Amino acid sequence: MLRRAGPSLRHFLLERKSSAGYSSYFSEAKMSRPVQSRRLEGVDKNIWVEFVKLAATYSRVNLGQGFPDFPPPDFLKEALETALSRENYMLHQYTRAFGHPPLVKILAQFYGKLLGQDLDPMTDVMVTVGAYQALFCCFQAFVDEGDEVIIIEPFFDCYEPMVTMAGGTPVFIPLRPKAPEDGKMMSSADWKLDSAELASKFNERTKAIVLNSPNNPLGKVFSQGELELIADLCVKHDVLCISDEVYEWLVYDGKEHIRIASLPGMWDRTVIIGSAGKTFSATGWKVGWAVGPNRLLQHIRTMHQNSVYHCATIAQEAVAQVFQREFMLYGKPDSYFAQLPKELQKKRDWLVQSLDAAGMKPIIPEGTYFLLADISNFKSDVPDVPNSDEPYDSRFAKWMVKNKGLAAIPLSAFYCGAHKNNYSHFIRFCFAKEEATLKAANDILQKWKQEKTSP
Amino acid sequence: MLLASRSFCCLGIRTYQLQTDLLSRSIKLSASATMAFRHKNARRIEGLDSNIWVELTKVAADPSIVNLGQGLPDISPPSYVKEGLAKASAVDRLNQYTRGFGHPSLVKALSQVYERVCGRKIDPLTDILVTVGAYGSLFSTIQALIEEGDEVIIIEPFYDCYEPMVRMAGAKPVFIPLRYKNSGNSASSADWVLDPAELANKFNPKTKAIILNTPHNPIGKVFTREELQVIADLCIKHDTLCISDEVYEWLVYKGNQHTKIATLPGMWERTITIGSAGKTYSVTGWKLGWSIGPQNLIKHLQVVHQNMLYTCPTPLQEALAQAFWIDYKRMDDPDCYFYSLSRELESKRDRMAQLLQDAGLKPVVPDGGYFMIVDVSTLNVDLSDVDEKQPYDYKFIKWMIKSKKLSAIPLSAFCGPETKRQFEKYIRFCFIKKDSTLDAAEVILKNWNKQPA
Repeated sequence: MLRRAGPSLRHFLLERKSSAGYSSYFSEAKMSRPVQSRRLEGVDKNIWVEFVKLAATYSRVNLGQGFPDFPPPDFLKEALETALSRENYMLHQYTRAFGHPPLVKILAQFYGKLLGQDLDPMTDVMVTVGAYQALFCCFQAFVDEGDEVIIIEPFFDCYEPMVTMAGGTPVFIPLRPKAPEDGKMMSSADWKLDSAELASKFNERTKAIVLNSPNNPLGKVFSQGELELIADLCVKHDVLCISDEVYEWLVYDGKEHIRIASLPGMWDRTVIIGSAGKTFSATGWKVGWAVGPNRLLQHIRTMHQNSVYHCATIAQEAVAQVFQREFMLYGKPDSYFAQLPKELQKKRDWLVQSLDAAGMKPIIPEGTYFLLADISNFKSDVPDVPNSDEPYDSRFAKWMVKNKGLAAIPLSAFYCGAHKNNYSHFIRFCFAKEEATLKAANDILQKWKQEKTSP
Repeated sequence: MLLASRSFCCLGIRTYQLQTDLLSRSIKLSASATMAFRHKNARRIEGLDSNIWVELTKVAADPSIVNLGQGLPDISPPSYVKEGLAKASAVDRLNQYTRGFGHPSLVKALSQVYERVCGRKIDPLTDILVTVGAYGSLFSTIQALIEEGDEVIIIEPFYDCYEPMVRMAGAKPVFIPLRYKNSGNSASSADWVLDPAELANKFNPKTKAIILNTPHNPIGKVFTREELQVIADLCIKHDTLCISDEVYEWLVYKGNQHTKIATLPGMWERTITIGSAGKTYSVTGWKLGWSIGPQNLIKHLQVVHQNMLYTCPTPLQEALAQAFWIDYKRMDDPDCYFYSLSRELESKRDRMAQLLQDAGLKPVVPDGGYFMIVDVSTLNVDLSDVDEKQPYDYKFIKWMIKSKKLSAIPLSAFCGPETKRQFEKYIRFCFIKKDSTLDAAEVILKNWNKQPA
C-alpha cells in the first residue's frame, strides 16, 4: 500500500484531469495515504490496554496495574464531601486554567519549603490531569525533531512513546544489576548506572534526561551520589531534567527521597512532576502538577492552554484541602505522608516473604509500591518458544493470569523494543493492596509451589 | 542564580547543605549561564503562548464587575448531577483508575443517548472516546488526524482554540467568514451565512478537514440541514474530514432544530462529533467531553489519548453516566434537562436581547447556544486616545469593564488576521446567568447614557 503520495504522484494525478474523473483522482491521492498523522507512527501499541483486559477477564488476584485496592484516606473523601455540600456551586464551573488558586498556593508553599526556594504559585506551579499529562506537556513543550532524550531503563512505559510522538529520539541507558555477594536478597539499590556509560549518552543533541525516583517498576531510590552524577552531566551539557517524583512519599527503611532540583545548578533546569493519585491513594482523581522555574513552566503553560486548558475544579479544591492538612501535620506521626509508607513497608515485606517462600526471587524495593520478582524457578511451567516475537516474561505473565488467576506485569514492558529480551525473567507486582488480597496471592503462590514439588 | 544555603530545622528535614565547595559550584553555574541557552521551547508551540482568556478572565475576576464575558454558567447544575458525584466518590474503587478510553458506564450511556439521536448503532468501546472536556476532544482529533502539509478550513468567527491547535499540528488554517446577509430590521444569527461559491473555493487536494461548530459560538447560528448539505457535499467531493463541534447541541431555541452533520449521507465515515458535559449539564468545571465517530477514525484519537493523559477522572465520569441515564429515560418527556435547560435559557436570551435593544443597540438574536453578539459601534464611544494597537472591540471591552463594570468578550478574538477589522465592532455577551446577574446588567445598560464615560 502506498504509504504516502509524494508530490510527484499527486502532480501526476492532477495532470490527468478529465471532467468525469477529476474528483476521483483527488480522492485517490488522498486515500492513498493513511488518514492518521505521522506523529502516531510507532506509538500506537500500549501494554496496559492488553494487560488490563486480561486481568479483568481472568484474574482472581490482581497485583498488576498500579493502583491501591484499599480506600483513599477518610480525610480526602471528607474534603470532597465538604466541597460538594457547600453553598458555592461555582466549584462546578471553570477555575483558573493553570491551577485552582487554593491548590497552587499550597503546592507552592509545600514544595517551596522542601526545596528551599520561594515559589510563586502563579508561575512556578501548574496543575495537570495527572502526572501523565504533566509529562506530556514537558515533552511537547521542549522536544523537537532532532532532539535526544535520555531514558533510564527500566522506565515507566509512557516516556518512550511520548518522546517519539514529540519527534524526539529516545536514548536508553540501563540500570545494571549486581548480585549482592553474601547471598542476601537483591535490593533495588543493587541496580546501578555505569557512570562512564551514562556520560557517553550525553551529546550536543541531548535536550533532556528523564529521571524517575523512586523508580517504577524497580523501586530504586536514587542516592545522593547517583543524583550528583546525573546533575553534573546535566549542568555540563546544559540539559533539562524531567523529574518524575510521583512516588516521592513512598520510601522505606528510613531512606530519604532527595529532590534533584535541590542540587546545585539544577533548579533552573528541572521540572518536578507530582501526583495526587499516588500521594493520596486516589489514582482515579487524575490531579497532578509540574513545579519549576517560570522560564520552563511558561512553555508548559502554553502547551496546556492549547491542549486541555482547564482541569476539573472540584477535585483540585479537595486536593488543596488535604494538602493543607498535610502541611500542618508534616513530620508528625499523624501525617499521611508518614503513615502510608509505614503501612506499605509492611505490605512490601509481607509480599517479599511470600514470594521468597514460593521460590520466586524478589528484589526488595527501596520505594514505590512495586517490586520485581525473578520467575526463573517457574520456567518449566511455561516452555520457551524459540524465535518468538514476544518476550518470555510477557508470555509467562499471560499464562500466569489465565492459569493461576494472578495478575502481574512483565518487566519487558518497561524496556525499549531492542532491549525487551535483556531482562526477560522478571515480573512486576503491585503491593498497594489490602491484606486479604496479599493473603490470597500467597495462597495461589503456595499452592503453585506445592504443585511443582509434589510428584 | 545565587543559591543560598538554607536549613530546615523548623520542619525537621535534612537537606543538602551548600556551604562546602561553593566556589567550584559557582564556577559551574556561571559556566552554564554563559552557555548557549538551549532550553528553548519546541517549534510546535512557537507563537501560541498568548491566550485571550488568560488576560480577560483575570480582569473580570473582580467581583464588583458584572461578568457576562467567559462562557460559564452562574446558575446551579441540576441537583441530581451534584448528588451523583457525591454518591460516586463514596464508592472506594471509583476513586481509582478506570478504562482509559472512557469509563464503561459512561460510554454505554453516551452510546444509548446518541444512538437515539443519530438513528444508528454506536459501539461504546470503539466509536467513543471520553476526553478532558470538548477542548481535549478537539486536541485529540487534530493531533490524530492533522499534520504538516494539511489545510484545515475554519469558519469565522471561530472558537478561539481552533487556530492554535491547527497550527500546533503543523497545518495551515484556511479561513472563511460567515457574512451578514442584511434582511430586515431584526438581526438573527440565521442572517449570518456562508457563501457557497466562496466555500467551494477553499477546498483543494490539501484540505484535510473542515471544522464545523453548530450551534455556533459566538454568533449562536444553528446551521440548517440545507447549509450542512452544502458542506457535506464538498467534504464528500474532496474526501475531506469534518470535525463537528456540537457542544451546544441541546441549546436550540423555538423554531430551530439541531442537525448532526454526521447523520447526512456519506458523512458518518468522515466525521468526528464532539460533545461536552460542561455545556450539557452546566458543569463546565467537570471538564469531560467526548468524540464520537467511526472506529477507523476514533482509534487514532485513542492513540493520542493514551499517550497524553491516558484516563479521565473516574468519579466524575461515573456521576455523568448516572445523570445521562436519568435523562435518557425521559428523552420523550419535556422535563428532560436537555430540553428544560434550553427553555430556561430562551427566556434569558429574550431578556438579554430586550435589555440591549432598550439601550439602543442591535443585538444578533441567537437561534442556539448561550451567547449573543452585538454591534457597539452605534454607541460611538471614542477610544482613539487609547494608545494601543489593539482592535476597537478589545479597547471597548477594557473601557467598559473599567467604567461600566460590565464585562464581555471582543469578537475579534474569534477571527483570523484578515477579518479582524470586519468584526471589531462586535462584542459577545454570555446569558447563561442567574436572574440577579441579569438584573445587575439591566441596571448598567439602563443607565448607560446617564453615567459619565
